[in-house]
This record gives sequence, C-alpha cells and structure tokens, in this order.
Amino acid sequence: MSSDTGSTDTGSTQAGQKPVPHPTPESQPYWDGAAEGKLRLQRCTSCGTVRHYPQLVCAHCCSLGVGWIEASGRGTVHSWTVAHHAFHPAFKADLPYTLVTVDLQEGPRALGRLDPASQDRLRIGLPVQVTFPRNAEGVALPVFAAEA
Amino acid sequence: MRGSPLSAFELQIEASLAAICDAGLDPKDIDGIIPIGITGAPAEAFVTNFGIPDLRFSALTPMGGASGVAAVQCAIAAISAGLCNHVLIPAGRNVSSGARAGTRIHQMPQFHLVTEFELPQGAIAPAQLYAPMARRHMELYGTTSRQFGEIAVATRAHAALNGNAVMTKPITLEDHQASRMIADPFRLLDCSLESDGGAALVVSAADRARDMRQPRVQVLGIAEGHPDSPSSITQRPDLTRLGIAKAAPRVFEMAGVGHADIDVAEIYDCFTYIVLCQLDDMGFCGKGEGGAFVEDGKLRLGGALPTNTHGGLLSQAHMLGMNHLVELVRQLRGQGGRAQVAGAETGLVTGYGDMGDSAMAIMRRG
Repeated sequence: MSSDTGSTDTGSTQAGQKPVPHPTPESQPYWDGAAEGKLRLQRCTSCGTVRHYPQLVCAHCCSLGVGWIEASGRGTVHSWTVAHHAFHPAFKADLPYTLVTVDLQEGPRALGRLDPASQDRLRIGLPVQVTFPRNAEGVALPVFAAEA
Repeated sequence: MRGSPLSAFELQIEASLAAICDAGLDPKDIDGIIPIGITGAPAEAFVTNFGIPDLRFSALTPMGGASGVAAVQCAIAAISAGLCNHVLIPAGRNVSSGARAGTRIHQMPQFHLVTEFELPQGAIAPAQLYAPMARRHMELYGTTSRQFGEIAVATRAHAALNGNAVMTKPITLEDHQASRMIADPFRLLDCSLESDGGAALVVSAADRARDMRQPRVQVLGIAEGHPDSPSSITQRPDLTRLGIAKAAPRVFEMAGVGHADIDVAEIYDCFTYIVLCQLDDMGFCGKGEGGAFVEDGKLRLGGALPTNTHGGLLSQAHMLGMNHLVELVRQLRGQGGRAQVAGAETGLVTGYGDMGDSAMAIMRRG
C-alpha cells in the first residue's frame, strides 16, 4: 500500500516486530503530540466540532478548516475486549491484553490498551486517563489507566 | 474445504459454470458480470474465459460479506433499466493458501485509519475489532455467551445435514462454553471458518426466468444500508447498531411482507453475535432482545425462524455470504435436501461486511 493513503506496513514487517503507524499529512500532528505524551484531536475551525480519527472534512458542517487542540486525555470506558489469541506473532508475548474503547471528554472516541494494573476495575463507564508510553518499536501509543 | 489445490479464480470459474448450467443458460448468454470478493479477477477475465460476445454491464460492490446481496441489488437495477438480461455474480476464495482475514483487511484502503490507529496496538483481526460491539450489547442488554452458543449449536446441527459442509460434528452448548477464548467475549465456536471454495449466482430478468430450467425465485425487496462511521467501529455512535437497521425497513416495505411471512432466513454469520444483532436490527424482536429471541430454539429446523439451514459461515464454509444466497434459492425451490424447511415460500438473506455494511433481500418462489 502506498504511504499517501495512510497505512501500517504489515507486509514487510519482520515477524518479531509489531506493525508501526505510517502517519499522513492529516494525522502527523496527532503522532507528534503522542510522542510528547499529549493527546491531540482535530477541531473544525468553522463550527468547533472535535473529531477523531483525523479526517479532511468536518462531518458536521463540511468545512475544510482544521485546527488541533490538546485534549484532557480523560474519558470513560465505552466497551472493551481481552485478546487471548495473537493474530500477529509480535503480539504473542503480550497475551492476554485488553483493548478499551474510550469516550473522550471532548466527544470522540479513542482505542487504546488498558493498563494491566487497572484490569480488576474494568467495567463500562470506568473513568480513565491516557498516557503515551513508547513500545519496543519506539512508537508512543495510548494506554489508559483507571483514575485514582 | 481447506487446502484446495485450485486457485481462487479457478474456484470462481468452476462455480460460475455450475450456476450457469443450473439456470439452463450457456456461458455466452451472460451479458452482465459483478465479480465478488478477493480474487481481484475483473469482469474481463470472464469475457476472455467464456468467450462472452457482448458484455453489456459490469460493476463492483465492494462491501465485504455484504457484497453478494448488494450485487443482486446492483444486478436488479441494471436489468430493470434495460441494460442487460443475465447477470453472473461469481465468488471464489482460497484463504488457506492466500491472505487470511487478519492481514487482508489492513491492505484495504477504506480501513487505513483502523490500520494506522488500531493495528499497532494489537487490534488486528475482525474478532478483536467486533468484540467490543458484542461486549457493549451484553452490558447494555444482559445478552449472554450461552445465547451466542445457541446460535453456534443450531448452525452446526444444520451443517450436519448438508453433504457439502466443512464442520459436521454436532456440538453442544457445553462444547461452546468450553471452547477457548479468542477475543473476549468471542470463543472459538463463536467464530466463522476460513475456507476455500466458490459460489455463484445468475440474476435474470423476471420474464425470461419464467421459462428457464429451474423453478423461478423472485426478489421481492432488496436494500443496502451503512452504519454511521462505516469504516471505524470505534467511532460509531451506537456500537450495537449495524447498517441493516437502516436497510431492513426498506426491504420489508418494498417486499410488501411482514416478519411473520418469513419461512426461512439465511443470516450472515461471521460471528454468532452478528446474527443476534441483525435479528434485533431487522425488528424480529425489540432492540437488545436478540439473546432471548434465539435461546429457545427458534433458529433451528422446526423452530419459528429456521436460520442458516446450510450451516452458514460458522459451519458450512466462509464463502463471503454467497453460500447464504445459494441456500435461500435452494430452499425456495424446495431443493434444500435434508435441511429443507417444509413449505418454504418466502425467505430472507442478509450480507454483512467491512465493519458494519449490510445488504438484505426478501425472496419468494414462483
């Protein structure tokens, strides 16, 4: 897949390496923020609607104007799954791991890992806070932990 | 089957010839083609192989497992517009020796944001991407894993009656509960197969079909529907609502029949939960009541709504839902073999794919 459509390179990734994101011009500010430990989201410059994942156009007012905000990183668990089977060999050592779908305070949702220390508190509606630790591939990815 | 020596295109060609012959047509009669699925073979490949003299219509309906039913809709639109008379809808897969579901979706451009934002975290295969939908349904409505299990058990029982199914050994609810967890809440027996095979359909103008070899099956109503945030489940306002919630009212209205008129249902079953959710969304029960609806055996032969009488994607084979179309046509012709629903006159078929896209049709014999 060409890089200009935005992708993750699964084909040429070594068996032992996790796929890494390939940012596009639209998504680059998100990844730059993640590398600094910040959750950045797109906001329409016309109507102020906050959106995620990055898109060219505001789905509310169809404006092309894009700005970015630094989000609170806080939200609540909307749903979740626990992976018990590795569909890619590089994730085998992580099993079992929990993926949480989170309603962010700013409106959109995010998908991230749940901090294993929060596992026994996992429920829909659980208040969580994001951090962006780097994985072995050097990518800063969102991990949500239960708020103290 | 698994491990076919034939390529996906060979399987697609083989199924096409069988469908054309079954209809009493010659391959050169085909004047419209809507190829399905992942072989990538364009309509032109069929022109070349079959020596089709005048292909007048070709199209693609890229909606994953909804592509087959959506292709029937596309064929009907083309035939109704007078563009062509006999549309071939061929599918072929060879996943054992080719790309499997977990890697395939991340090569598809419509999912580039899922691939960029979710794959690196280990959200790789459909089982993992769909699981949060099922979990949300369970938390909101009290739906249980045992209710998913009833769908797996009923479907397997039907496959055991099918001489052309991959998984035929009967299973119990306890087998389902004991099967290993893949992506909580999905256990192994909640997940469909990965199969090699082919399936094809011919859609003909209604007046021409009257005089063809087989009993005529008419499409009474058909529609496609796309959920909000169609390519990203994470961003979907209501995780428990699929595209079929929009399509189903259109289909019932166009068909002029009600839920009680449906004698047999072939419902896309990539996962047990997806069957349950579609039953909700089609209005066979109230939203969230799919679990209670299925648990008393309604989906079994002899039940109120015999479903996936061929064994579905869960137990017959994963033919992208083309096998659901083939089975509904057979049932309405009275050719369902040991799984025939007695007196089946009216039935429905659904397709589901690409994270929530749906297509649905109601058909009647005669």
